[in-house]
Parts: sequence; structure tokens; C-alpha cells
Amino acid sequence: MPKRLINLTVNGEAYEVAVEPWWSLLYTVREELGLTGSKEGCGTGDCGACSMLVDGRLVTSCIMLAVEADGCQVTTIEGLATDGNLHPVQQAFVEKGAVQCGYCIPGMVMAAYDLLRRNPNPTLEEVRLGLAGNLCRCTGYAKIYEAVLAAAERMRGD
Amino acid sequence: MIPAPFDYVQARSLEEAISLLQRHGEEAKLLAGGHSLIPMMKLRLVRPSLLVDIGGLEELRYIREEGEEVAIGALALHSDVARSPLLREKAPLLAQAASVIGDVQVRNRGTIGGSLAHADPAADYPAAVLASEATLVAQGPVGRRAIPAREYFLGPFTTALEPEEVLVEVRVPALAPGTGAAYLKFPHPASGFAVVGCAALVTVRGGEVTGARVAFTGVAGSPFRDDGVEGAVVGRPAEAEAMAEAAALAAQAVDYPLSDVFASGRYRVHLAKVFARRALAEAVAAAAS
Repeated sequence: MPKRLINLTVNGEAYEVAVEPWWSLLYTVREELGLTGSKEGCGTGDCGACSMLVDGRLVTSCIMLAVEADGCQVTTIEGLATDGNLHPVQQAFVEKGAVQCGYCIPGMVMAAYDLLRRNPNPTLEEVRLGLAGNLCRCTGYAKIYEAVLAAAERMRGD
Repeated sequence: MIPAPFDYVQARSLEEAISLLQRHGEEAKLLAGGHSLIPMMKLRLVRPSLLVDIGGLEELRYIREEGEEVAIGALALHSDVARSPLLREKAPLLAQAASVIGDVQVRNRGTIGGSLAHADPAADYPAAVLASEATLVAQGPVGRRAIPAREYFLGPFTTALEPEEVLVEVRVPALAPGTGAAYLKFPHPASGFAVVGCAALVTVRGGEVTGARVAFTGVAGSPFRDDGVEGAVVGRPAEAEAMAEAAALAAQAVDYPLSDVFASGRYRVHLAKVFARRALAEAVAAAAS
């Protein structure tokens, strides 16, 4: 079977990639485009470490096929910082010590970024629900939630 | 984790998808959101040689009012269903069930048609479509047919769909005046699937319950309407005590409740009673407002 050519835009850059039908979007972005910030945790859509935005929606890229992303706009964790400055969500994770081993953090940050676009002033419960698709096996989540609430405050300019 | 190799076709029309199913039989699987299929392929629980991707068929992604019904296209995302003002008003069970499926990422890719065709016995939609008396519309080589929800679920992961049929639409009757509805679930803390989910739809006239439909998911191998609870609640005052008495009869006809390390069969039956009581109470309150 020949590979398929797909076109996608990742963090503002256009790519044409030849992919096998069984490659996930995550695999393609990591192995073919060299953007290794997004992680594979479970590989079955449960842990959220591979979360990206595809056409503005938060998705688990490990169970989305690359061929399904043909023509899509993708934002990965590498796309959040601007001019070398961390995004406020990333900055808050650093300041609040929300990171332990770090493996889940790209997905956590993407989920938090997505939540704060939809809801700039979330309650703690809304933060929990917004991050329900992202598992962390180190932190117990408390500092992650603190970081998201702090980022929300900073982004609102309170 | 990578699935076994397969061939892939992006269907340009529903007719093309159906003819591919005809040609390849059980070797082919339809891909919509892929949120059950792709993990199952990675785990080698299924190994189709061809995926027919219908995800690009935008004509199957809609939620619209048609007469006394709301028609939901099979490719409507869970997040579309959860947020639809039309469904929230006219068919709230579907919107309520969709809003508690999985997590944000699942709701952004998973489709109502994919979920109902997969027919996981712990999925949320089945209780909602049963209590709503929805109709599932399938299209096959010889045209369309309507399947009442009660005849659709045949067993775990088994439906009345033929191998060459595509589930294309869910038609949900609009709530009648004086009717309220509620879907409540006890989610598995890790997976988010329903350990038990209960959909209740109650009509109240002059303080008395004149109609009730109660359906469960997660309790047994198939979702089901609970005639015992429904019979016990109709004709009773729309008050907490009567709802609790009826709810105590929940799942009595279930001979073999689902049972696993997280929730035994007895515990599931207990939860069915608890969630029937709460869902009936919420439905009655919604009927009054």
C-alpha cells in the first residue's frame, strides 16, 4: 500500500507529509515533524498526554489518525510560547511547582489552555472537569489546579 | 502503540461507504470519531483490513427540528449534542447524557452514531434514547429503515444494524408539555463510563404522574427500559415518597447484572435504585418548572 500525502498546518507552519494509514497524528507529529513535546502515555486515548488542538478542538492525538488530520490546523505544546516567552499557563505551572516527572504536563497545559479560552474565569470544579481527560500519576493534581487558576487570573489581568 | 496495518478509504458519499461495506463485508469497519475503534485496533481486539472513513461526510453532522421531533445526524459530536440549545429545550436527555460522556477530548471527537453503533453496555446515550423513545435510522443497500430504540440494543456491543448498514440519524420526540427529564450517572472514576446510568422522563398532570419512562445503562449486558419502576410510578402523586417507593423496584427483572472488580452485580442493582430515585425526583422537578 502506498503512503498517503496529507497537508496540515502545525503551529502556523504548513507541512506536506507522506503517512501510512495506521499512523496516528501523534506519531506523525513526533516522528516525521520532529515535534516531540506531545507525549504518548497510554496510546489508547485515556491519559491525555498527547492532547493537541485540531481545528480549535482539544483532541487526544494518539487515537486520531494522521490521514484524518488532512487539511487541519494543529496547535501543539510547541506552539504556545511566543518569541521565547512562555505562555501564562506554562509560566504558572513553573511558578506553582506543578510539574514533577513532567510527562503529563504538555497535555495538561494544552487542556488548561483550551479550558481558559472557553472559560476565562473557571471555578476549581470547572478546572477539574476541564482537565478530567488528563492523568497525572505524580502530583495529586493540587498544584496543577492552583497553576491553572493562577494563569486564569493573570490572563484576565485581575 | 500502533495498530496492525490496514487500508484506508475516505468515503465521499454515504452510498460509497455502503457499497464498500457490501464489497468487503466483515473485513471493513466504518471510522467516524474512532474513539472506540482505534483503541480496540491498537489492542488487537479487532483487526479490520479496511477502514472506511465517513468522518468527512458533513451532511451527517446536524441537529435540527423536524415537526415534533429533533433529528440528530450520526456524525454530531458529543460536544455538539451537549451544547445544542434545541436539544436542551426539546430533548434534554440526549444533551444531558452527552455532557457527561468521558472527558473534553472524548466529547470533541466522539460521535453519537459511532457510540450507538458500538453499543458499549456502559455507554451513556443508550439510556437516553430508550427513555426518549427515540428512533434510530439506518441506511443500507436497499434504502433507509427506522428502528425503535427498544428493538435496537440486542446485547453487549450488538445492535439490530446489519453489517451493510450505516446508522445515519437519531430521531428524538420533543418533550410533551408537563414533562420533565433527567439523566444521572455514577461514573467509573478512571474511565468515566457509567457504572450505572439512569434516564427518567416523567409527565405530571395535576400533581399526579400520568406517564413515566425509566431506562438504565451499565446495569446489565444491554441497556433496558424498566417496566417495574414505570408501572409503580404512574398514577402516584408526584412526590418524593412515591418516587422512592417506585425506585426501590429498579432492576428487579435483571437476572445477571454486570459485575467486575470495581462494582459487583449487587452493588450495581443498589446503585440502580439510588439513581432511579434521584433521576425521578429531578425529572418531576423539571416537569413542574
